[in-house]
Amino acid sequence: MKTMLTALKNQAGIRPDAPAFADPDETLTFADVERISDAAGSALIGRGAKREAVLVFTARSAREIALFFAVWKAGCFYVPVDAEMGENRIRSILDRVRPRFAIADETGRKLLNDYGFAGETLDPDLLIAHAPDADALRAVEAATLDVDPAYLVFTSGSTGAPKGVVGCHRAVRDYAAQITKTLNVCETDVFAMQAPLYVDACLKEILSALVCGSSAVLVPKRLFMTPVPLVRFLNEHKVTTLCWVVPALTLISALHTFDEVVPQHLRTVAFGSEVMPPKQFRIWQEHVDARYLNLYGPTECTGMSCSYEVDRTFKDGERIPIGRAFDNAEIFLLDENDHRADEGEICIRGTSVCHGYYRDPERTAKAFVQNPLNADYPETIYRTGDLGRWNERGELEFLGRKDDQIKHMGHRIELGELEAAAKTIEGVDAACAVFDRERSILGLVYTGPIERSALLVELRKQVPDYLLPKLSRRIDALPLTQNGKTDRKAATALLFR
Amino acid sequence: MEALLEILKELHPETDFETEEALVDRGVLVSFDIVMLITRIEEEFDVVIPAKDITPEHFNSAKALYALIEQLQEQDD
Repeated sequence: MKTMLTALKNQAGIRPDAPAFADPDETLTFADVERISDAAGSALIGRGAKREAVLVFTARSAREIALFFAVWKAGCFYVPVDAEMGENRIRSILDRVRPRFAIADETGRKLLNDYGFAGETLDPDLLIAHAPDADALRAVEAATLDVDPAYLVFTSGSTGAPKGVVGCHRAVRDYAAQITKTLNVCETDVFAMQAPLYVDACLKEILSALVCGSSAVLVPKRLFMTPVPLVRFLNEHKVTTLCWVVPALTLISALHTFDEVVPQHLRTVAFGSEVMPPKQFRIWQEHVDARYLNLYGPTECTGMSCSYEVDRTFKDGERIPIGRAFDNAEIFLLDENDHRADEGEICIRGTSVCHGYYRDPERTAKAFVQNPLNADYPETIYRTGDLGRWNERGELEFLGRKDDQIKHMGHRIELGELEAAAKTIEGVDAACAVFDRERSILGLVYTGPIERSALLVELRKQVPDYLLPKLSRRIDALPLTQNGKTDRKAATALLFR
Repeated sequence: MEALLEILKELHPETDFETEEALVDRGVLVSFDIVMLITRIEEEFDVVIPAKDITPEHFNSAKALYALIEQLQEQDD
């Protein structure tokens, strides 16, 4: 097996009529997914797409997932884009990738047009109506290697320009094996998908379906504002498994939801992307009898790399560990001198380490480096920039960041990206983004003539919701350090006091 | 009402909360905003907002939200 398309074909043969992916409008069976991806994949080949980036810009839907597979069947890699990413991000992606082809629905087409997209826009309905070309599909399959890219997803960059992470088929195949083993997925499992489809987080549910024949329902985003209807949704769809970011779970526990309704069918609850507060976690443990897993891993290593199955309770102030590396991956800590240590920067080696950043050799060279512990032959590891320590039980604990990266509303953010966006707005002279870790509040202090309200209106047009500051203040001058750099610590104190 | 408007304006200074009547439906309040908003309201007004009352109807306008807070305060007395 070179790519996970073999697993899809297998499921379509074993259980053609079983649901694979569902959204509120449509449920696709495994046979549907196979048929749609055959048709659209053939159409792409017919258009001349070949081992290149294909933008997928449609509404978050079951069909979008099938279109990802169509891109694979054409021997290409998908670049998922969503309107909620905001204008800045989408423009930088177009700029970096310059794709020849974009599969886009009406909304996507309109926005691509506004942003001056120069390539060819393909209507998903027409692609899906195309006749499958078995010979062409077979030829492409034979020519595809497992080291070829599978997708390109973008993550926040500190200069404002996002980084495109190149995931390959071999790493995806490895991840599929490890994540299904860790979650202990079986064919009767039903996942509720919380993650957007433009981040690697959605691979857990997608790959589980391919490997195990489980199914996944996309949870409408608006439900993450109303916790009671959200839990009712889980019960209605008999959801057994959640792989959610921490804020999505604490939304339920913090707002007294379990007084009203409790999930009935959950067997596995996995969380990640942020530190789970023990107080919220205990509320879950008390009300929902399930296996709980804390997952950890950077986008640069194809999803998750590490897991801890909760086997005890945690008091306030205690850390829930991130546990141990997945099979076929090693996690080790390096101190300031690049020596192996019990506390230090979290480094990862294994098949899951991605190729690097797309058309970005400089930033690739900083994070994807020769293993400092291996002087004998070339071996690339990924330096996460996260700090960790091994506890007395031999479990890995996450301690924080080496730099200004934060996690906010389940997304990875460089404070520099918010600053760069703010500085492009007329009326902003200087800006400093700050973060209150205790309360998880993103803030912005700035100088310049623009009013706070006008600044927020402008920012809203440019950046995704999760990058909008929850607190902002205009000041006369940014505090500076002795070296003349913006003093982020002092600015943080100014805003949050 | 003034205190509530202040909390809302702090979060979204760009919105006219006195006239806006589709805060949730039009996406002014975004996913996970709601936890911060409710925490602030519970502190400020010394009420507990039951989960079943966290609905678009109650959160679509400052007026509706204030009516909910008043109703919860009355129940408390």
